[in-house]
Amino acid sequence: MAELDTSGGGKKKGGKVRSKKQSTRVDLTAMVDLAFLLVTFFMLTTTLSKAKAMDLAMPDKEDDQKVEEPIAASRTLTVLLGNDNKLEWFIGVPTEPLSAPAVDGYGKDGFRKVLIEQSKKIKQSTGKDMFVIIKPSDKSVYKNMIDVIDELNITNNKSYAIVDITPVEIDLLKREKIY
Amino acid sequence: MPRVKVPRKSTAIDMTAMCDVAFLLLTFFILTAKPKVEDPVPIDTPASTSQVLLPESDIATITVGGKNKVFFGVEGFEVRKQLLMRMGEKYKTTFTQPEVNKFSVMPNIGVPMAQVKQYLALDGSQMKEFKAPGIPTDSVSNELFNWIHEARIVTKNISGKELRITIKGDSQEEYPTIQRIIAILQKQEVNKFSLITSLRGK
Repeated sequence: MAELDTSGGGKKKGGKVRSKKQSTRVDLTAMVDLAFLLVTFFMLTTTLSKAKAMDLAMPDKEDDQKVEEPIAASRTLTVLLGNDNKLEWFIGVPTEPLSAPAVDGYGKDGFRKVLIEQSKKIKQSTGKDMFVIIKPSDKSVYKNMIDVIDELNITNNKSYAIVDITPVEIDLLKREKIY
Repeated sequence: MPRVKVPRKSTAIDMTAMCDVAFLLLTFFILTAKPKVEDPVPIDTPASTSQVLLPESDIATITVGGKNKVFFGVEGFEVRKQLLMRMGEKYKTTFTQPEVNKFSVMPNIGVPMAQVKQYLALDGSQMKEFKAPGIPTDSVSNELFNWIHEARIVTKNISGKELRITIKGDSQEEYPTIQRIIAILQKQEVNKFSLITSLRGK
């Protein structure tokens, strides 16, 4: 492999006496050490997994004035994001909700169950998909918003919007002591 | 009893193959590597199940963290150079060539326009210790709006593509800051943007 033919070149008649050649074998251990050191260094300093992104499309501000097809209150689920990783949800409009506002947590056992149950119910009763309105309050954190959008993605609810919260809804949050 | 003598072999191992592999891996890592971009403030990105990868170029990042501080960064040396010049024109500051060059290698900027010149004058270690106050986002001096706006124009001029804007927020960041940034983006009719998240299982 890393050796050259170092045999004395055969025996010739009356050949000169040659000095014995040194082996050309090189000790590669140090080189391997160095190479692996560099490999380790590069592995640790580079980001192997690139950052993932979540696309978010907001409704066009200008279009707000134009009257779009109104979405029936019976198939809108409003989520209010409060403090302390709590959320409150109801169906319909805040002044006369079609279901009593309920407080829930995020994640698998909390909001995801609600989404799955409610979207089924709404699909059955109205024949249309559920529309989710996310209203983060001033007391909620960025993670809460991501969590809600993530749950929506997991439960395959494509129609949602992020809207500013109204004073009536803040009162609802205050009543549940999560504001 | 005669014992079978096992002939001792030399303990020297041929390292050639190992060396080949090691350097092959090394070459691979060097070629695929992109140095980690240091966040200006420690950021713990919230997790999501989204698998969408970010593009490599034509991308701008708005970093939010460390008690509502906002930083802005855009990809590409040429983009950054032109961006600083345009921002200079807008805020009546002229930047020298060394300053522009220095700016072109900075991944993030987080100081108000009035302090940018001062900030660029700092050397490496001073810059690290410098506590950047963040870019003002309030309605009085909405500098973030201009940074984004100019960056979009510059990107459009250079590559002909729309600049993709991403928000990288700390998970404990209060919502009003995010809300303000979304409002700034919507003001210039950027209604589609990405939120950077880390990966989590379902």
